[in-house]
Amino acid sequence: MDINEGKIVRVAVVGLGKMGLSHLSMIKAHPEVQLVGVCDTSKYMLDVLEKSIDIATFTDYEKMLQQTGAEAVIIATPSRFHASLVRKSIERGLHVFCEKPFCLNWSDSVALASLAESKGLVNQVGYHYRFVGAFQEVKRLLESGAIGTVSHVLAEAYGPVVLRPKGMLWRTQKEEGGGSLYDYAAHPVNLLNWFFGMPNNVSGTLMNSIFSKDTDDEVYSTIQYPGGPGVQLSVNWSDESYRKMSVKITAWGTAGRIYADRQECQVYLRNTVEPPPGYTHGWNIRYTTDLTQPVWFYVRGEEYSAQLDYFVRCIQSGEHMNINSFASAAQTDLTLAMMLENAQSSAALASSATNMTTPLYSAAKAAAKV
Amino acid sequence: MEKLLFGDNQFFGVNHMSEEKARVQAIRFRDIQAVYDVLDTAYDEGIRTFMCTTHERVAEVCEHVRANPERYPNYLFYPGMPYAHKYANAVTEDGILGALKRFMPQQGIFSAAFRGGVSLATKDIEGITTLLIDAEMKMFQGMNTPVIFLQNVVSDLLLGLGMKEAFLIFAKHIRSKYHAEPGFITMNLPMMLDTLDEVGIENPIVCSSINKLGFRMCGGIEAYERALRERKFRAVAMSIFASGAIPPQEAIAWVCSQPNIESIVFGASSRSHIRSTKQLVDKYWSLND
Repeated sequence: MDINEGKIVRVAVVGLGKMGLSHLSMIKAHPEVQLVGVCDTSKYMLDVLEKSIDIATFTDYEKMLQQTGAEAVIIATPSRFHASLVRKSIERGLHVFCEKPFCLNWSDSVALASLAESKGLVNQVGYHYRFVGAFQEVKRLLESGAIGTVSHVLAEAYGPVVLRPKGMLWRTQKEEGGGSLYDYAAHPVNLLNWFFGMPNNVSGTLMNSIFSKDTDDEVYSTIQYPGGPGVQLSVNWSDESYRKMSVKITAWGTAGRIYADRQECQVYLRNTVEPPPGYTHGWNIRYTTDLTQPVWFYVRGEEYSAQLDYFVRCIQSGEHMNINSFASAAQTDLTLAMMLENAQSSAALASSATNMTTPLYSAAKAAAKV
Repeated sequence: MEKLLFGDNQFFGVNHMSEEKARVQAIRFRDIQAVYDVLDTAYDEGIRTFMCTTHERVAEVCEHVRANPERYPNYLFYPGMPYAHKYANAVTEDGILGALKRFMPQQGIFSAAFRGGVSLATKDIEGITTLLIDAEMKMFQGMNTPVIFLQNVVSDLLLGLGMKEAFLIFAKHIRSKYHAEPGFITMNLPMMLDTLDEVGIENPIVCSSINKLGFRMCGGIEAYERALRERKFRAVAMSIFASGAIPPQEAIAWVCSQPNIESIVFGASSRSHIRSTKQLVDKYWSLND
């Protein structure tokens, strides 16, 4: 056992939106955490908290860090503030848990990852799907070669976020890191990075608006991994047929197929290879009830509690080559940037094609009509 | 409370085991008549309490029961509020305050309380909370609702934050306005009991996952067993099958052997499941009486 295990960690929280409040609830209930301060720009939110729980509230982030002696911080502000808040926190020597997506500019992500590492600080991004039992099982199965060589993967995310043409929130503003690319696609892309690393090519990216004026509501892309599978990504956050966000991974290999979502992991294994322990040839199903580890406190899914507990334990043990490190999230930010660039460059090409009046283009167009 | 309460997850595409199964159920219950048929079946098997969320489709069920009083004498509703996804999706779209505004029946007190920079008084928090409760309860007008629950997403969020007074506000309002007993759904039973104790809510009705696997029982199965033995509260057990991971007979035999459980809430879609659950509960509970 590490000597620091059981040491109380002093944590502050900045950003009290949907994610921030639920992080606050879980971390405040953590037996090895002392919550020392919360920070938000919204006075009424701070007012409610100040009046109902005994907590120091701040509208000035630096003041909070100065006055509370926090040693770790949870950052859950709108995405465009992540880079500067993370930098300030690391420079003060704080361990940082930052909500996803990490930084809107991937070069910030890379720089902050190496800064945090150089200072030996715990750095983690809130990609909670890496703490979902079913996806952890997918990772184990892929690494053990259970389905042989993986040739194709379908990565999906659907849910009912934007269902009508309105919404002025940052989540639906492109320049603030809104849109289905950063909010939804980031999750399956992050799982792909975990399973297969960095892609070497992204093509056929479409980012379409369905209802949003300023940003994308659906994203499709083809992602190629060096020496690995070709991936089709399909994301739509304007799908009312889903009750809540659903992320799914399907992987086809030479020796079988894996399907997983938050609830279950379905595996078909051919009899061409020896199945891993606990598995048989043919269909195998593992449910969340088998795959989920108990947590100390539950608000909205074990994975949210588990990732915060992991953050606290990393601080206590001094471990910082962790799951969901800044470096791993930088891979995701870079992959998203590749998709964005691909979508924009093909859109630019298409618009110049529309403006072409050369005979070659007219001929091609005529041929296409036939 | 009756020994068996009928739950509503199956009607609204909620299945903690499988998205596929959830979708099959959502398709099956697309026509509200299919919901009435299953409720009728449960009623005829002697299960006359419907423990339901404040999902908009429950409003249709209320309407149906109100229109057919002779079919459902002594039918009880145990509402659980709020239907969380309604709020969660609205919060993603409009922000926390925007979502609150959308669900507030009257804007007066709200705008006064939240107008830029104005300090928020405790009475405003109380006022907003009670208005939201009233909005959720509207669909149950004229129905018999002797127990009204706070759903776990909200109660556990408040529990973690330590907003203990909120439980008192809820309890007081449920008692005074609806002459009903407040209930609390939680995934963190031992901690919830401590908190309710602290704010002086005595012998509370608390509904939590109680199953042989220890699934969604935060604090651990031993702490739950100890609470059932030693704490003074009225326990309602949910998730007794751990989403189907425990075979029915084994699940029910274990739950019925635990002391001081007053009710079990379960969901089912067929007469055979409803009947066999009732028979197993009758059998094992009488064995342990």
